[in-house]
Amino acid sequence: MYARVSLSWLLPPILALSACAYAPSPLHPASAHADDLRWLWWVLFAIAAAVLVAVTFLLIWAVLRTPSPSEERQEHPFGTRLVWVGGVIIPLLILAFVFALSIARMAGSGGSQTDLTIEVIGHQWWWEVRYPQNNVTTANEIHLPVGRRAQIRVTSADVIHGFWVPQLQGKIDAIPGQTNTIELEAAEAGSYRGECLVFCALQHANMNFLVIAEPPDEFGRWLSHQAEAPSPPSNPETLSGQQIFLRSACSSCHTVAGTSAGGTAGPNLTHLASRRQLAAGTIPNTPEALGNWVVDPQSAKPGNRMPNESITGPDLHALLAYLESLK
Amino acid sequence: MATVTAAERLARTWETPADFVSSLFTVDHKAIGRRYLLTAFFFFLVGGVEALLLRIQLFRPGAGFLGPHTYDQIFTMHGVTMLFLFATPIIIGAFGNFMIPLMIGARDMAFPRLNALSYWAFLFAGVLMYGSLIVGSPPNASWFSYAPLTSQTYVPGPNQDFWSWGLLFLTVSTTVSAINFIVTIFKFRCPGLSINRLSLFIWSEIATAFMILFSFPSLTAAIILLELERKWGFHIFDANAGGAPLLWQHLFWIFGHPIVYIWFIPATGVISSVIPVFAQRRMIGYIFVALASVSVAFLSFGVWAHHMFTVGLPLIALSFFSAASMMVSFPSGVQVFCWIATIFHGRSRLTTAYLYALAYIFVFVIGGISGVMTGSVPLDWQVHSTYFVVAHIHYVVAGTVLFALLAGVYYWTPKMFGRMLSERLGRLGFWLTFAGFNLAFFPMHAVGLLGMPRQIYTYASGLGWDSSNALETVGAFILALGILVVITDFLQALIAGPMAPDNPWNADTLEWAVSSPPPDYNFLRIPVLRSREPLWDQPELATINQPAHENQLADEPESNVTATPGPTESTRRQTMSTTVLDAEISETIEMPGDSYLPLLLAFGLLVVFSGLLPDLMFVEALVVATGLAICAVALFLWFWPAAEPTV
Repeated sequence: MYARVSLSWLLPPILALSACAYAPSPLHPASAHADDLRWLWWVLFAIAAAVLVAVTFLLIWAVLRTPSPSEERQEHPFGTRLVWVGGVIIPLLILAFVFALSIARMAGSGGSQTDLTIEVIGHQWWWEVRYPQNNVTTANEIHLPVGRRAQIRVTSADVIHGFWVPQLQGKIDAIPGQTNTIELEAAEAGSYRGECLVFCALQHANMNFLVIAEPPDEFGRWLSHQAEAPSPPSNPETLSGQQIFLRSACSSCHTVAGTSAGGTAGPNLTHLASRRQLAAGTIPNTPEALGNWVVDPQSAKPGNRMPNESITGPDLHALLAYLESLK
Repeated sequence: MATVTAAERLARTWETPADFVSSLFTVDHKAIGRRYLLTAFFFFLVGGVEALLLRIQLFRPGAGFLGPHTYDQIFTMHGVTMLFLFATPIIIGAFGNFMIPLMIGARDMAFPRLNALSYWAFLFAGVLMYGSLIVGSPPNASWFSYAPLTSQTYVPGPNQDFWSWGLLFLTVSTTVSAINFIVTIFKFRCPGLSINRLSLFIWSEIATAFMILFSFPSLTAAIILLELERKWGFHIFDANAGGAPLLWQHLFWIFGHPIVYIWFIPATGVISSVIPVFAQRRMIGYIFVALASVSVAFLSFGVWAHHMFTVGLPLIALSFFSAASMMVSFPSGVQVFCWIATIFHGRSRLTTAYLYALAYIFVFVIGGISGVMTGSVPLDWQVHSTYFVVAHIHYVVAGTVLFALLAGVYYWTPKMFGRMLSERLGRLGFWLTFAGFNLAFFPMHAVGLLGMPRQIYTYASGLGWDSSNALETVGAFILALGILVVITDFLQALIAGPMAPDNPWNADTLEWAVSSPPPDYNFLRIPVLRSREPLWDQPELATINQPAHENQLADEPESNVTATPGPTESTRRQTMSTTVLDAEISETIEMPGDSYLPLLLAFGLLVVFSGLLPDLMFVEALVVATGLAICAVALFLWFWPAAEPTV
């Protein structure tokens, strides 16, 4: 009866294993860094499980057994041994081992020379991403060449945020007035979810980003395309849309290269149409989602800083056509 | 002419009249202990309802039960309520206050009026915090309130100020309580209760009291700096003006780590009391267990930056704090094995109190293990601020404090309230709370490892988080059901439960020598102790409150072997003071009677702290000045020298 330990803990790992591959988890690494950390986790887990099983067994045995007459006379050699071995010696060994393992792993994470620097600036509630060597500014999406190490320099424009791509690396905080550095290197191509891991008020839950690792030549093409201004509007609808964009409040918060829109309070929209998600991972980048977003941003992400603009009808169509042309 | 017995005379000297107003003025540690229990447990229920609301919202992805504004307020208040209004006061305030004078053979705490003040300040601080609901601005920046999120820029309303002043008010309560415990335990022990004979519960309380004294000033500093920034435009944490956001984290966690041991160590004291009684065996490794409390108290001050492993500290600092964090878990591990060894060599009686103590050990080992894991810096870089940490904190704080509280309730309710609880209802409540607790919190380890951040009001489906969250919500409601069963048991016992004998459990410590509940004066004769387990080695103590013979008059000399050689009179409130290490008699101490001054002073402080809330200079100044005036009057009367007692 007393051995009935809750078995609920079995369910989540089983379910996790059977879940689809899109799990932004340290247990699904896609880099050497994250792979080391997963290995460290399973070693610690093995030790933890052994300790818990041993202590639970000891506890149940201790409760159920009956003491002998000599024990009633207060003699307890086994108890003394238990305290010294189980309480002192074994924990000291385990703690020393865990500490040594951790320090070794930590020391091995030092900075190495990289030729790719990416700046990430946290805002409430989106991520500004810059490639300073190429004069590229984008938002909520980081592209990396597979197999090449990038140095990410992380800071914040307002409150403290947390920069975390679980499948690639441990996390680092984005702190205003300070630049923290972390290295990312994806071992295989794919898209990896990133999250904000320091509570930053209302839309902390919806401050996600994507890290897209691609073959180096594709990465190069992406980067040079990002550095170019988009081609000017080619048809009357998109031209009208651009004019609407420029004369309404949009341009006071957003930048589109090659136009007079230079606002920096919100994400850079220069190549908006080439991104996979909108609003920091809150909604997919589809025409319908974009339309709903522009008309009522508070609905998908209540409390965020983008006001509802009352643009409707043909004006709205034109605006959306323009935005979708920003590839 | 009827002769007055010593017991009757003492009773009249120490009693508080039964009417409501007089009960507000009582300074009796037993009344204050009962009040702490009920008030802190009430806040536990409030925090529990808040938790259930959060769990309803997180039951499925994209739920619309709570929007982000409300969710942020509720999870912040859940943390603040559970940690500051429940975990901090409950064991030390309820069981510490009630039991310690009894365990040491004293008639009350060293400073009874200060004791009453600590209760009223606690209650009013809670009232102030929840007063924020009246203006619709409860704290909403998480219980640890990181700067610069808490600056005027990002929290323009008074939400954060309620947090600051409420906690500063609570600090007054906690600090005076700590002082009271230290002086009481050091100076008010009965003759013979030398330092090596102290019960393990008392060792845990003394360690806690010292931790309180040294850790709370850091919180006070942090709060004052924050409010200087919020109210008077300083830029201490403002990076745009040369300030340092990380300063908040250091100051907060220098307090914030010892506070977790302030929650946890008293809980270990309860378990160390319960286990020997129901295993029917003296504690094996008494010295280790006593020293574990003391060494954890010291070590707890050296680990704070393990809450900051991801802020960009240099590797050498990370290594130091990681090593220290590994070390701080070591004494607690020794303690667990002393408990297991004692159980091993004992003959277990599976009462409800004992079941909770066993559950405590299980839950604490899990929490301790996940703590060692998070103490590994590289692993923490992955699990920090995810639900893995939420699992860890609930196992080490919620699990330990809750199960120790329930063990203490089932053990000490007979003594505190004079009634026996029901073993049947007790067992039902135990299994529900144990199963519900584990179902609610164990899956959080997994979902944190699957990448779920903490403090988010919703999550997307398809990330592998859905089923764990659903299970956790179910578990939370089962836990709530268990708590309801416990409450039902408690109420039915008070109303119709069997009367409790002096020592229903055949326990060893001194509080079980007197009636259940004890008389107002605790002990007819101050006992003289010769043992660490007095009731097991000195059977004469069981009759300490019986007259030596019939018709014994108050002034007759005692011939009983436990008689105190020095005088404590029965017409004045007095108790015995002894030396610190060997507990040899030193002097007789005059104790104060009931007084309205603690209540008045607490009220004055409430006015002061409330006055600091609004943003209107003139109104603030007026209210604060009024509050300070009330405090000044109360203190003036408090310290007015007592008139020479008339014989």
